[in-house]
Amino acid sequence: MALITCENVSLGYEGLTVAKDISFSIDQGDYLSVIGRNGSGKSTLLKALLRIKNPERGRVVYGDGLKQSEIGCLAQQTPVQKDFPASVFEVVLSGRAPKRGLMPFYSKADKKQALDKMELLGITNLKERCFRELSGGQQQRALLARAMCAAEKILFLDEPVTGLDPVVTTEFFNIINEMHKNGMTIVMVSHDIHCAVKYSGRIIHMDGGILFDGTVDEYKKSKIGAEFIGGHRHD
Amino acid sequence: MTDLFEYISVMFSYTFILRALIAGALVSLCAALLGVSLVLKKYSMIGDGLSHVGFGAIALATALNFAPMKFTVPVVIVAAVLLLRVSESSKIKGDSAIAMISTGALAVGILAASMTTGMNTDINSYLFGSILAMTKEDVVLSAVLSVVVIILFIVFYNKIFAVTFDENFAAATGTNVKAYNMLIAVLTSVTVVLGMRMMGALLISSLIIFPSLTAMRVCKKFKSVIFVSAVVSVLCFVVGLIISYIASTPTGATVVVLNIAVFLIFAAAGKIINK
Repeated sequence: MALITCENVSLGYEGLTVAKDISFSIDQGDYLSVIGRNGSGKSTLLKALLRIKNPERGRVVYGDGLKQSEIGCLAQQTPVQKDFPASVFEVVLSGRAPKRGLMPFYSKADKKQALDKMELLGITNLKERCFRELSGGQQQRALLARAMCAAEKILFLDEPVTGLDPVVTTEFFNIINEMHKNGMTIVMVSHDIHCAVKYSGRIIHMDGGILFDGTVDEYKKSKIGAEFIGGHRHD
Repeated sequence: MTDLFEYISVMFSYTFILRALIAGALVSLCAALLGVSLVLKKYSMIGDGLSHVGFGAIALATALNFAPMKFTVPVVIVAAVLLLRVSESSKIKGDSAIAMISTGALAVGILAASMTTGMNTDINSYLFGSILAMTKEDVVLSAVLSVVVIILFIVFYNKIFAVTFDENFAAATGTNVKAYNMLIAVLTSVTVVLGMRMMGALLISSLIIFPSLTAMRVCKKFKSVIFVSAVVSVLCFVVGLIISYIASTPTGATVVVLNIAVFLIFAAAGKIINK
């Protein structure tokens, strides 16, 4: 069985349907990019996959024993976070909160996990620094470390490299690739078609519904793929 | 100097001052703890809205001859639940909803109070607080509820941090965000009602907002924000109570002015530190 299956899902907000008849499944080991222009319903789809938002119709099913506490996600930053007084370590460690259930305090293993992820992302030296005083790239890494603390089977990324410079972007995708090689399922939502084609293995192109679902090579050869990849180079 | 100590020791030999001290310090502590999360989530006005509802409920309870606390606490909790629901549904924006509910409750309270007692000093003490208002039962209730608030806050500290910092992440990873928001709202309601009699309906929300904002001027960690905010809140209350006794000023207003002063000092210190 697939990790996550969408069955005839329709999505919308405030009575407005933004995408309908969405059916696909995400398998263990996928590196999937969901792409589409702004307003195509891809962020709403992500919310439905994360079960933050209920679909208007259809259902999202978790399979293979996937539990919500085994999911990690790196979402776009909220206004609340921009001015939040917390150390990087506190932020990263909060990725372990879902594993604690109703247990009140973090264990040594939780703290070690958080420190390991920070080491992996090269932000150990920022441990005691205040989150709001970091640069965009550093904040993104701290949030990725938090997501990695939470992710055991699947990691969701929502426009992960928006606002990052090219060097940091490349580093970022190298880390994601490494995680994918080690068995993590990756689902990325992005309007950056070039990164999606360059790094992921499977593409879902959305615009009010699914226009394309297949491998990157198939996508490049398809009419819609050729148009979208070509079209973006002009702007 | 010894004169001052003698003066203060005489002051605390009065039972009503001792009651005010115990209940006020506990309520200040709870308000500071909850305030950090409320301020960061941009829910500061909820505390204010709830205190107006509390005023309405207390006035109504007096008019109908109900036990004030037993009537007010549930009413304010219901109002908190409603406010959260309305803010989440986003049909009416959160701030308008709070304004509607708080002014509405204020109007009901004034009507109820004027029908029973006429517009007299009672209204004054509801709105601006009175340390004479604390009965022995109130102190016991304050102590018990404060301990409950503090224990729940410590037990759910990590979850409260996660939910405050990033609701979506917490929800996506399986935390029941709505339940924790509700927990914070209910604890806030209880704190507001407990503090309202002494601080006044119009002033109690400052206990929620000021200490955490003060702490955020200088602190860079969530844990230290919580700690500093709690210490600032309790100290401001105790010192404010003493000053109000010595200078014969209204307690609630004195505590708030002291909070403003400490906020300004911390803001200046923050500017210097961050340079």
